[in-house]
Amino acid sequence: MLSIKNLHASVEGKEILKGINLEIKAGEVHAIMGPNGSGKSTLSQVLAGNEAFEVTEGEVTLNGENLLELETEERAREGIFLAFQYPVEIPGVSNLQFLRTAVNAMRTHRGEPEMNAAEFMKLAKEVSKQVDLDPAFLKRGVNEGFSGGEKKRNEILQALLLQPKLAILDETDSGLDIDALKVVSDGVNALRAEDRAILMVTHYQRLLNHIVPDYVHVLAGGRIIKSGGRELALELEERGYGWLGIKEDEAAAAN
Amino acid sequence: MATTDKEVKELIKREYEHGFVTEIEADTFEPGLNEDVIRRLSKIKQEPEFMLEWRLKAYRRWLEMDDPTWAHVDYPRIDYNSISYYSAPKKKEDMPQSLDEVDPELLRTYEKLGIPLHEREKLAGVAVDAVFDSVSIGTTFKEQLAEAGVIFCPISEAVQKYPELVEKYLGSVVPAGDNFFAALNSAVFSDGSFVYIPKGVRCPLELSTYFRINAANTGQFERTLIVADAGSYVSYLEGCTAPMRDENQLHAAVVELVALDDAQIKYSTVQNWYPGDEHGKGGIYNFVTKRGACQGRNSKISWTQVETGSAVTWKYPSCILKGDNSVGEFYSVALTHNYQQADTGTKMIHLGKNTTSTIISKGISAGRSSNAYRGLVKFQPGAENARNFTQCDSLLIGDRCGAHTFPYIESRNKSAIVEHEATTSKVSDEQMFLCRQRGIDPEQAVSMIVNGFCKEVFKELPMEFAVEAGKLLEVSLEGSVG
Ligand SMILES: Nc1ncnc2c1ncn2[C@@H]1O[C@H](COP(=O)(O)OP(=O)(O)O)[C@@H](O)[C@H]1O
Ligand SMILES: [Mg+2]
Repeated sequence: MLSIKNLHASVEGKEILKGINLEIKAGEVHAIMGPNGSGKSTLSQVLAGNEAFEVTEGEVTLNGENLLELETEERAREGIFLAFQYPVEIPGVSNLQFLRTAVNAMRTHRGEPEMNAAEFMKLAKEVSKQVDLDPAFLKRGVNEGFSGGEKKRNEILQALLLQPKLAILDETDSGLDIDALKVVSDGVNALRAEDRAILMVTHYQRLLNHIVPDYVHVLAGGRIIKSGGRELALELEERGYGWLGIKEDEAAAAN
Repeated sequence: MATTDKEVKELIKREYEHGFVTEIEADTFEPGLNEDVIRRLSKIKQEPEFMLEWRLKAYRRWLEMDDPTWAHVDYPRIDYNSISYYSAPKKKEDMPQSLDEVDPELLRTYEKLGIPLHEREKLAGVAVDAVFDSVSIGTTFKEQLAEAGVIFCPISEAVQKYPELVEKYLGSVVPAGDNFFAALNSAVFSDGSFVYIPKGVRCPLELSTYFRINAANTGQFERTLIVADAGSYVSYLEGCTAPMRDENQLHAAVVELVALDDAQIKYSTVQNWYPGDEHGKGGIYNFVTKRGACQGRNSKISWTQVETGSAVTWKYPSCILKGDNSVGEFYSVALTHNYQQADTGTKMIHLGKNTTSTIISKGISAGRSSNAYRGLVKFQPGAENARNFTQCDSLLIGDRCGAHTFPYIESRNKSAIVEHEATTSKVSDEQMFLCRQRGIDPEQAVSMIVNGFCKEVFKELPMEFAVEAGKLLEVSLEGSVG
């Protein structure tokens, strides 16, 4: 489904990704782990098409199509979804309106009729229960005054509504208490499907107890330095990143 | 932001939707202004003597005055002798008595504008008094209003039919010599609306006027006077459009509102005069004086404006809170794009006890435009326990535009309470990225974000106009993503 070859990317002239190679097939769940500052978010943002980052080398294809040529919204309509590490607020725009606009943009792209307000309300209410968000949140401004955990659940809510082909989850577990972690993981597990791939970015292995990945990759200094099965995550937890010759602080400082 | 330069250029090229000229025969005065012109104007309108005297007095005051220069706007000096001060659509009889008698070409113009002049159209329930250049051409729903005792007619008609009311209230809120443009308007005003709501009557309809400037080199100087007698209520809406022309056109209107004891006036404006092209060529100079007097106890005047058009806007709908416990409100969205300039805001003058005022101003700047909020909140010695709340937010789109706020507070009463909040924000790249990542078009994203920013003001508009205002913002913002 997704194929990344020798991907280099920089921000403000500084190279962050230094040759990423990754193959993800439909139905698979991949975890990307790595110390702070190693480039995990950068990779996520580059895949989603954030123009703050410049791709300097390499290629990325989605089902054989050159992804890098597409605008952000076109990628989204092709099925790329990014759950943000730091979801931004849009004051005054109700969550409901925002979500419906997004869902209808996707539907229009697929040649399906738009959903009217009543139909959408019904759907959104069901899905918000699934992520344990009070439907009252639908009426509030997008992420406006949401707590950290509420923002994360709102991201999963969006993934569930938009039913992407590739869901990239950037540290969706960070800042969650145990209960919220359970809700979010249940949501992600509900997303798992034969025709869908999930790329989970995380700093900690604890999420992987709830969402068991097929593959684990360690990203450090802008490169994937080790790949393996889920046992790699457990090993990392036991032995720390130092085991792979990375010191967390140094890794961050080196960038 | 995302969209490529090429796309932006294409988007910007999209033109002003209402920019067509209507080909109809018109009686138009030669350009120029002198006492003779005013006499002719007054004669055509068959005005009583007091009206002519009033106009001439205003003209003489105006001659002694100078263009105001304090506003944060920049435009070439206007040659007032190059403007024509009267243009009326030519008609076979005297005045069209009903819509059937109106020039069909004119009606088609309204249709193109999407103005619902016919009763069957979507604004059923709204009486429309349409001012085309200088003469009011048709008023619907007159009968239903007459039953309630409401007077809603062109001001030229009111001058003839209700001279006592006009003489009593005209200039009572905005005196002829109030300012340069008000004086000019007082001398040459051509038409506009007159509304009188009798004691205790709740006006059964939303009243509405659409203005349009058509003829070239014609100034539009409409004059609106609304009097709400004790215990009455009225909601009034005005919409404005003008055709595209390369030369600038002057629009200097005066609106006066009078609310007596326990009366309420809600005045909403959706202003979409031609803003000029993307190089700043052409467009309307919108120099307007709007003021309401809360004369009576417990009276209330509420201004809501959505200003998206005009090359230069100079406008401060204000309230004089004279009656004890009276309430003044100002809700404003002002959007500027390309080379538009807006200097707008309000004045809340607290005279009576326990008077309260609320100001919510939302300024949106895009392109190379400049958007200024100018507000004065003044507490006179008698304004015991008066209070004001002001919230003034600016939103910037891109980094070549400017936003300025000039809030002035003068308090001569120690018991007065003022709260002031101000914010400046940008449509951020992160917000745009979030929307686009969810599959939303950049243009739609901007308009959604801007609409969210304006929500507090839009909710003050009558329902159907809130929708219209939202759409208008969308159109006005086209080409702002880049
Ligand atoms: N917008 C940006 N501007 C400048 N530097 C950035 C930006 N985004 C990320 N970086 C830098 O890129 C490196 C990788 O960051 P990031 O991808 O966020 O790492 P991670 O998500 O693994 O913690 C860091 O050194 C960070 O400071
Ligand atoms: Mg990160």
